[in-house]
Amino acid sequence: MWREQIRPAFMVFIVLTVITGVIYPLFVTGVAQIFFYKQANGSLLYAEDGSVVGSSLVGQNFDDPRYFWGRPSATSPAYNALASSGSNLGPSNPALVAAVRARIAALKIVDPENQAAIPIDLVSASASGLDPHLSLAGAYYQLSRVARLRKLPEAKVRQIVQQNISGRFLGLAGEPVINILKVNLALDSLN
Amino acid sequence: MNWNNLIQISFYLAALLLAVKPLGTFMASIYEEKPAGFNTWLGSLERCLYRVCGVRADVGMTWKEYAVALMLFNALGIVVVYIIQRFQGSLPLNPMELPAVAADSAFNTAVSFVSNTNWQGYGGESTMSYLTQMLALTVQNFVSAATGMAVLVALARGFIQKQTRALGNFWVDIVRTTLYILMPLSLILALLLVSQGVPQTFHSGAVATLVQPVKDGTGNTVTQQVIALGPAASQIAIKQLGTNGGGFFNANSAHPYENPTPLSNLLQMFSILLIPAALCYTFGYLVKDLRQGWALLAVILTIFVPCLLWSVQIEQRGNPLLTRLGIDQSATMFQSGGNMEGKEARFGIVSSSIWSVATAAASNGSVNSMHDSYMPLGGMIPMWLIQLGEVIFGGVGSGLYGLIAFVIVAVFIAGLMIGRTPEYLGKKIEAQEMKMSALIVLIPPLIILMLTALSVSVAVGKVGILNPGAHGFSEILYAFSSASGNNGSAFAGLSANTPFYNIALGLAMFFGRFWLIVPVLAIAGSLSSKKIVPVSPGTLPTHTPLFVFFLAIVVVVVGALTFFPALSLGPIVEHLMLNGAQ
Repeated sequence: MWREQIRPAFMVFIVLTVITGVIYPLFVTGVAQIFFYKQANGSLLYAEDGSVVGSSLVGQNFDDPRYFWGRPSATSPAYNALASSGSNLGPSNPALVAAVRARIAALKIVDPENQAAIPIDLVSASASGLDPHLSLAGAYYQLSRVARLRKLPEAKVRQIVQQNISGRFLGLAGEPVINILKVNLALDSLN
Repeated sequence: MNWNNLIQISFYLAALLLAVKPLGTFMASIYEEKPAGFNTWLGSLERCLYRVCGVRADVGMTWKEYAVALMLFNALGIVVVYIIQRFQGSLPLNPMELPAVAADSAFNTAVSFVSNTNWQGYGGESTMSYLTQMLALTVQNFVSAATGMAVLVALARGFIQKQTRALGNFWVDIVRTTLYILMPLSLILALLLVSQGVPQTFHSGAVATLVQPVKDGTGNTVTQQVIALGPAASQIAIKQLGTNGGGFFNANSAHPYENPTPLSNLLQMFSILLIPAALCYTFGYLVKDLRQGWALLAVILTIFVPCLLWSVQIEQRGNPLLTRLGIDQSATMFQSGGNMEGKEARFGIVSSSIWSVATAAASNGSVNSMHDSYMPLGGMIPMWLIQLGEVIFGGVGSGLYGLIAFVIVAVFIAGLMIGRTPEYLGKKIEAQEMKMSALIVLIPPLIILMLTALSVSVAVGKVGILNPGAHGFSEILYAFSSASGNNGSAFAGLSANTPFYNIALGLAMFFGRFWLIVPVLAIAGSLSSKKIVPVSPGTLPTHTPLFVFFLAIVVVVVGALTFFPALSLGPIVEHLMLNGAQ
């Protein structure tokens, strides 16, 4: 019963492997490289000298108070784009509470006057460890600090933040966020 | 729960339901060999393929022959995926120069991808070469999905045919499923995803100079960020459409390259449930009674939608321990708020919660947020949906044949209550069908509970736990539920890339898949050889709201009774302790 199925098993396996494992990815690559060159190669951002400064989709770590800070990252080192990962800490894990306390302390040290409640995005690790975005609340919380340390008017900083908002799809799906790397690059280009 | 949450949920469900009829009709046409575009354009290619492969397309197989062909094909898949991983170091298309995968991990991954589970003990970007991702993993994403759909179609034929032994030809079924259904949908989705920013390149990773250098764990300054890339979009498309779920990158669809925008997220969530939902319609079409297909979809939605709403509400409420630290977790115009640990800002609460419920229900297993960091009950919902037997949508094909096993159990119980011989779709349900259905319903809980009990009793099992207390138990329970249900998602804090877990989970995946497929085919064979009983006033109608409700109750009661004690030791006790701590 099974002998006559051996040849079809091998041959169908080989043929489907060629179609789905070779032709299909190569075809998608070809079309993608022609029509979506930038996206297909990682949405990279370049400096004026042509060197790569990052990707608009991959976050970077910022802990200098002159920059906007993004989501805490659970990778090692932070924002390691070769080993994406979340913290996987459970909601009742004391280690989670300790990590959040440390993040609160770090934010308070660089901005002691700010009495507003800290938005959750700023103290919770992202799922990928590479989250390029932050909620608007998280950015507005840091606005006065960044403006003060950069000696810029708050209105100017607010304007840069607002230029880097991406909204919901059709106003329906996802959440409005700002891109931290792009905001910080824009701030650096002012000075 | 706020207005935005409700709008997003309704939008998602509406889009999904609108696609059920067109895609369901298309798939039915493919299986019935009616002209449906692709099969007329590519028909000569298909026949040529059969000649080359020595397939006699017009010869049907008995259920045993069908099962043998299926097992041979899948065994070959396991061997080939294993070998490619073990030799990837000396094979081409390995720009990051990754070494061979360890034997236990390679075994686990081979079973995982062949069984449509796509449990990943490894981190994609740091383990698998581009060649392995394409030639081993992408191929299995297609053919494991096609295998599940083929078994469903064989079962449908069992209901339609009378007094015949042949169930169709396995080779024809998987070739048609792959070429005409999975391939066109994947091509469209892959290109849409690239347009959103999912990479599709064979270059090695990019090297960026960091805007602000960082310190690593040992205090050294890091000035560069090496960004892993690869031919990701082509694999991600089929990973969603085929309810596979295995990510190109470690963080799966939470990784901003794997799922960059709200639109890419919506497209992927849509694709997760698309084929399982449409197959309900296809089934109704094939058995020539569309009401039966809609009734099965109604059962699924009866359980799915409340889980969805509940999950969003739990996650939106946030973590009480963090509220006490003065953190703002409220939903406002400027933030989604809620329990954001392990979630991405662009998805917020609602897009993450919908995904977690959909991916668990559908036996997909891809994640866009980390289930381990969900609130205790928020993490219990996906776990419980898996434990119901992956029949609420479930894997492509496998979900629906699992649900039909529950239908057989339900009509049997109903038959006992009203004192009539149970029938479904004109076929008498007798001892053979009942025995096989009981196996299908009972084998997964047996695998899950026994292996969980083993793992929490031995040191090599306990050492993998990340989170202390009840949550650690949940991590192990989730792992075996996921493996046995061929889901593939995880409470990923569990360090499962060890010889013990790789082997135990590998076995759970294998038996969870193939120990169910064989009884399903046996049912198909037995039904196919029977006469069709004409509808009489005494026939129990199986398309009415009453039967829909009754079947939903049977599914829930079996799942709830089996797993309530185990869930009490994990998420339920954690929930009580977390809220009692206030």
